[in-house]
Amino acid sequence: MSSPRSEFLSGVRAELPILLGVIPFGIIFGALAVEAGLPPLTALSTSSIIFAGSAQFIAAQLFKDAAPGLVVVLTVFVVNLRHMLYSASIAPHLAHLPQRWKWLLAYLLTDEAYAIVITHYHHESDSTHKHWYTLGAGLALWSTWQASTAMGILLRTQAGDWLLGLGLDFAIAVTFIALVVPALKDWAVVAAALSGGLVAVGAASLPYNLGLMAAAVVGISAGVIVERTRVERTRVERTRP
Amino acid sequence: MNYLPAILGAGLVTFAIRLSFIVVLGQMNVPDSIRRALRFVPAAVLSAIIFPEVLRPGGQFDFSPGNTRLIAAVLAALVAWRTKNVLLTIAVGMGAVWVLQSFT
Repeated sequence: MSSPRSEFLSGVRAELPILLGVIPFGIIFGALAVEAGLPPLTALSTSSIIFAGSAQFIAAQLFKDAAPGLVVVLTVFVVNLRHMLYSASIAPHLAHLPQRWKWLLAYLLTDEAYAIVITHYHHESDSTHKHWYTLGAGLALWSTWQASTAMGILLRTQAGDWLLGLGLDFAIAVTFIALVVPALKDWAVVAAALSGGLVAVGAASLPYNLGLMAAAVVGISAGVIVERTRVERTRVERTRP
Repeated sequence: MNYLPAILGAGLVTFAIRLSFIVVLGQMNVPDSIRRALRFVPAAVLSAIIFPEVLRPGGQFDFSPGNTRLIAAVLAALVAWRTKNVLLTIAVGMGAVWVLQSFT
């Protein structure tokens, strides 16, 4: 039987490979935010207040261009819309938890934590402490993001670019591959993955991550449609004399 | 310039988005049709993040053997499919990128 402590530690461990890919972006963000004119402490607080990689990059760019605050808020809203899907997807697994847990885990719900955590929830196991796993994965990512932002602010150098040159950022995509491929257990999921992936490539030039959002919607719809047609086909075959 | 109000606003909308369905769906019985659709969220969204990373390295579409990330991703996917081993998949994928990069 797994304890809260062991679940927490497995969550941290599962998140470790992704952290390799996250560190360069944290460093680059810290350096970029200071370059954009944010005071060091404000730049650092962005990583805990917003805590969303791509949205923070776009916000820093908008600050640099002296965009109005409302534009920053609306842009971040659109860029982070995909998290609503994560929220819906993880919601049934958190339904039994007290409010404070829901709020805490919602705050920690990033792309990189969601990928790890939802895979854990989909695994058959009788553990009643999976929220501790979620907390472990979320906090591992959170503290790494804060520390690497601070490094970027302090170094203000090309350290992040150097790490990117090593291809460390690819660790995120490879980890996602390691999580998605074993989950491709039926044609409906394959359809969701392929159509989502291809639409994302085609729509990659859309601004504000909207291509990603469109891809997600198309992918989910494709999965639902394929599943429905297969269910109907088996029904027809069964009713045949 | 005071950046803090915009940062706080951005943080608030981000948190509201992440909390939205956790609270809403937590208070109702999720209809079966929604539950079935939600099953496809991880595959759809994560693939939507993976594919452009692999097929558009540096922002340009590149479907050729010269695309080291594409080769590494295919190798990683094969390992993931055969072994279901997360760490081995990551090791093969990152190792392939590093080996291929050093040849180009």
